[in-house]
Amino acid sequence: MFNIRRTERSEIRGEEERHQSLFDSYTETSLNYDPDRCINCKRCTQVCPHGVFAEGPDHVELARPAACMECGACALNCPVQAITVQSGVGCAWAMIAAALRGKDMDTECSCGGDESSCCGQAKTDPCSCEEK
Amino acid sequence: MDKKDAAGPSCSCTPDQQTPSCGCLTENPPAAEIRTATSTITLADRWDHLITRWGWNREGHRVEPGLYRLGNPSADSPVFVSANFTLSFDALRSALADTDAWILVLDTKGINVWCAAGKGTFGTGELVRSIGCSGLIGVVRHRKIIVPQLGAPGISWPEVLRKSGFTVEYGPVRAKDLPEYLKTHKATPAMRRVEFPMKDRLVLTPVEFVHIALPMLIVAAALWFLASPVAALAAVIAVIAGTVLFPALLPFIPTQDFSTKGLILGAVVALPFTFLFGTNPSLPFWADALAAAAALLIIAAVVSYLALNFTGCTTFTSRTGVKKEIFRYVPVMAVMAVAGSIAGIALGVSRLLGVI
Repeated sequence: MFNIRRTERSEIRGEEERHQSLFDSYTETSLNYDPDRCINCKRCTQVCPHGVFAEGPDHVELARPAACMECGACALNCPVQAITVQSGVGCAWAMIAAALRGKDMDTECSCGGDESSCCGQAKTDPCSCEEK
Repeated sequence: MDKKDAAGPSCSCTPDQQTPSCGCLTENPPAAEIRTATSTITLADRWDHLITRWGWNREGHRVEPGLYRLGNPSADSPVFVSANFTLSFDALRSALADTDAWILVLDTKGINVWCAAGKGTFGTGELVRSIGCSGLIGVVRHRKIIVPQLGAPGISWPEVLRKSGFTVEYGPVRAKDLPEYLKTHKATPAMRRVEFPMKDRLVLTPVEFVHIALPMLIVAAALWFLASPVAALAAVIAVIAGTVLFPALLPFIPTQDFSTKGLILGAVVALPFTFLFGTNPSLPFWADALAAAAALLIIAAVVSYLALNFTGCTTFTSRTGVKKEIFRYVPVMAVMAVAGSIAGIALGVSRLLGVI
């Protein structure tokens, strides 16, 4: 699923990954990177907590794609939309609870926060400060 | 992740990028209150941290959102952003012992930076609103804010710049690296990486255990009277294995998937009980076999399920992978648990009927 220009070396690595995928559900992710759009601002290398992106000569390189945890920080902070990823919290409990209630596992959130607002999302008017 | 679920509207937990910017930015900012913080962690703070780690009063560990003065900051002092969760805020202020700085605490509803960023409450909208409402624009001369790296899943720096005029600088993952980071404002690769060492794994285990302690006690009490005290002990051991032993041994158990790791650990933990139940000389062979099978199947399934649930606490599992695990292994766990339960019930019925 990685939309990268594969070099021979990464082709071999990909082969190895497939062989090891028995009892390993974490070899593929929804991360997609288009190096042609990259302007080399390196923000993704700053925000990624797992060193997925590495600095390269003209653009950043996908160094450890399988280490991606789909937190979405890179995509959100890429100013030219060179990165896409279906971000979400990898929380089994929330997903199983959603599936059992017949809700969509991808969008349903069953985690805490205050009861009146989903996920504790602020319900207050963003400009309420003007009233103070 | 709190398991309390209100019947509120369903929502996608992706960060909200549509939130309008705060009007305060372009007009005269109101004179908002600036609070004072110290870098000292008191005994009361440590007590708060301890009970937080044991899951006591989950919603109650909050800091008042807004702007704080740490030390004696000037208009040129750096601005750090934090969440209104005591552990997050205390980690930041204690790391800045020798720094004069401003701290902008976002309203994340008492949730830590990383989790709140994942949900979008530590997000672009709240950051822009806080910058505006705190009157920060009149407090500092520069236009730069230092956001913890783990806040990035909720923050879009181009959006923040466009809506507030402030440039986001991503600091290191851990607040304790800040003194080193501030010398050059460059983070080393190690400062940017999230690990999951033994200490970080163990600190999560009390909350994991407390979460499931009540159902465990009920099941153990039922087993005590319906089956035997040893069966009750098996229930307690299975839960401890899944919530304490599993996190501790995580990297050392074979295979990558949490479910298979849990199955392996569960089978090992079940062995003594399987042996004990399977070699009861006072029962016929088929009853011993049923008892042994029940212990092995149920304990392994329970530990495996608890192990799978630990994915939500780790620092590295992806949603795609966890989903794959759920579809692969939850049916297996269900079949094991049901088969084990049927074996147990068959034993109970046999005993009631006087067959054994």
